[in-house]
Amino acid sequence: MRDALGSVQSVLVLGGTSEIAQAVVRRLVADRVRTVVLAARDVARAEPAAAELRSGGATFEVVELDVTRLETHRDVIDAAFDRHGDLDVVLVAAGALGRGGDDQLDDAAELMLVNATGPISCVVPAVERLRRQGHGSLVVLSSVAAERPRASNYAYGASKAGLDAFARGLGDVLRGSGVDVMVVRPGFVRTRMTRHLDAAPLSVDADTVAEAVVDGLRRRAAIVHVPAAMRWVMLVLRLLPGAIFRRLPI
Amino acid sequence: VTAAPALLSGWGRTAATRATLVRPASVDALREALLAVDGRGAVARGLGRAYGDAAQNGGGTVLGLDRLDRLERFDADAGEVVAEAGLSLERLLRTVVPLGFFVAVTPGTRHVTVGGAIAADVHGKNHHRDGSFSRHVRWLELLTPDGRVRRLEPSDPLFGATAGGMGLTGVITRAALRLLPIRTGDMRVTTERGRDLDEVVALLEAGDREARYSVAWVDCLAGGDRLGRGVVMLGDHAEPGDRDAAGPPAFAPASRLGIPVQAPAKLLNTWTARAFNAVWFAKAPRRRREHRESLGAFFHPLDGVRDWNRLYGRTGFVQYQFVVPFDRADVLRSTLERLGRERIGSFLAVLKRFGPGTGLLSFPMPGWTLAMDIPANVPGLPGVLDALDEQVAGAGGRVYLAKDSRASGRLLGRMYPELDRWRALQRECDPGGVMRSDLARRLGLTGEPAA
Repeated sequence: MRDALGSVQSVLVLGGTSEIAQAVVRRLVADRVRTVVLAARDVARAEPAAAELRSGGATFEVVELDVTRLETHRDVIDAAFDRHGDLDVVLVAAGALGRGGDDQLDDAAELMLVNATGPISCVVPAVERLRRQGHGSLVVLSSVAAERPRASNYAYGASKAGLDAFARGLGDVLRGSGVDVMVVRPGFVRTRMTRHLDAAPLSVDADTVAEAVVDGLRRRAAIVHVPAAMRWVMLVLRLLPGAIFRRLPI
Repeated sequence: VTAAPALLSGWGRTAATRATLVRPASVDALREALLAVDGRGAVARGLGRAYGDAAQNGGGTVLGLDRLDRLERFDADAGEVVAEAGLSLERLLRTVVPLGFFVAVTPGTRHVTVGGAIAADVHGKNHHRDGSFSRHVRWLELLTPDGRVRRLEPSDPLFGATAGGMGLTGVITRAALRLLPIRTGDMRVTTERGRDLDEVVALLEAGDREARYSVAWVDCLAGGDRLGRGVVMLGDHAEPGDRDAAGPPAFAPASRLGIPVQAPAKLLNTWTARAFNAVWFAKAPRRRREHRESLGAFFHPLDGVRDWNRLYGRTGFVQYQFVVPFDRADVLRSTLERLGRERIGSFLAVLKRFGPGTGLLSFPMPGWTLAMDIPANVPGLPGVLDALDEQVAGAGGRVYLAKDSRASGRLLGRMYPELDRWRALQRECDPGGVMRSDLARRLGLTGEPAA
């Protein structure tokens, strides 16, 4: 159960090898979390993280989940809830960055599947279970890229925008159900996924994102930008006329 | 029977969950509703005055008892009433005060039900003398998940598991309560300031020997040599011959002000708390003074403001109440010091001495109890309260389950040494685990893994 101060006791992670997700779990375990289910495509890669986290005294389970295999999602999600009872947080962290640049045209359809269709397909059965238990938080890792497409990664931005819009709409629908939805929009996060890129201004590390997620859960925030200043940066960028926006070195 | 989905939270307005709220109008309908619950179980709810998640059951059934509110019998000779569990102390008082009786124990609000008062085994300002609510229950009737209604007297072990059992042994349906005869509707109140914690403690110790009712309000934001300064209030029911000629018993609380809308979440903060506490202290008489107060003003001052919990805004508040044995009064000081250091302010911190306890999970035990209302959005609060919990448990004390909304189940066994006995009795009358609440889930109260 989530408590009055926003501490939670159990979490299901979709995309268990995500560095951000693991940083979130580490923080939650240091607080009250005693049950963690990591769902990952590559179980072997999630195991070391699980082993480290297990030493903290919590119950850990790693299960296989391929977000591109839509027909498998309901069984994986239902099994996690059936085995562990109530799950207070479902964290959607699966995703890929794609190659960017001119390769985007080739990657776009695949990115939509990995970052939008797949995660949404997982969210549907997860939200059914959260509604049935009458409480819980769905946390969706989106990106500032969802707010305005940039030439360098518009395919990625488009996929995150799809997931982001779906999650926000769902959050509105779920008001009064005891279930809330939080959309997290980090800027540039320095992780394995972005190692090959030059860090952008206002870049953060995975743990800073994790801190913002845990804080957002306490506040029951609907949208969290990381760093917080990104909210205003993106507000300005969204309002810029295209002629100026296209000339920006971003 | 009416049944409708409802998003329910406690008085602190935190961590709401959705349940099916069923409001039966008879015990038969209640039994039917209890026998029909699904795997997510059920718990009874009265007027929702528990601060945390005690009367919530996410995804399951919540049995609202507000329609089971008949006062079935009044026996003036025995000074006793038989009431259905959903009857509020407010309505009970309106009936019995003009007849010359008061409830033997009342908490700081009269908007609680008889069933809730037993399930939380509530206490009042007379605990040092009269014990908690359940001590004045001659018998109670408990609907257990098998559909039986059992009449339990205090000698029955299940009575001890039900009084203070947070609704997890079954649903209390009716009870026989012993009342306190009174001869006027007034209180004779003595008010005195204490300049620091030692003085407040000494005044309460002395006051408990002379007065039936005693309580101190403590300014938890005063530091240095004023740490723990406060105002001690002692009270007794006035007699007809007293000074200022008390009138016949009457109970007519003034019409209530209301808080119509939710306040901004940051309205009650350290600064407003500091100002409020300073004013409260300053308005108390400098020297010991005796005066008269109505029953309502003395016992239920906050009931004068309807929905005052909305003042804490969207994020709500927690009430932190603990008790420590008499020889560990040092914990009071270190708690106030810690909160002062962290600049965590409470609008009303209430200090009181308890006498002996009652039920297996009842909160009161001989010692000092301190209660504080704190906005839930105060940064750093979770860690500070966790540290205070450790300190309380280490001192042989406990936190109050009816107020709790954030403790960890880890310390439960240390705080409540009779927990295993209670669990055994609970399991005996609810082997299928039908009685469930968010509180029970969060703390792992009935022994299932905390989930």
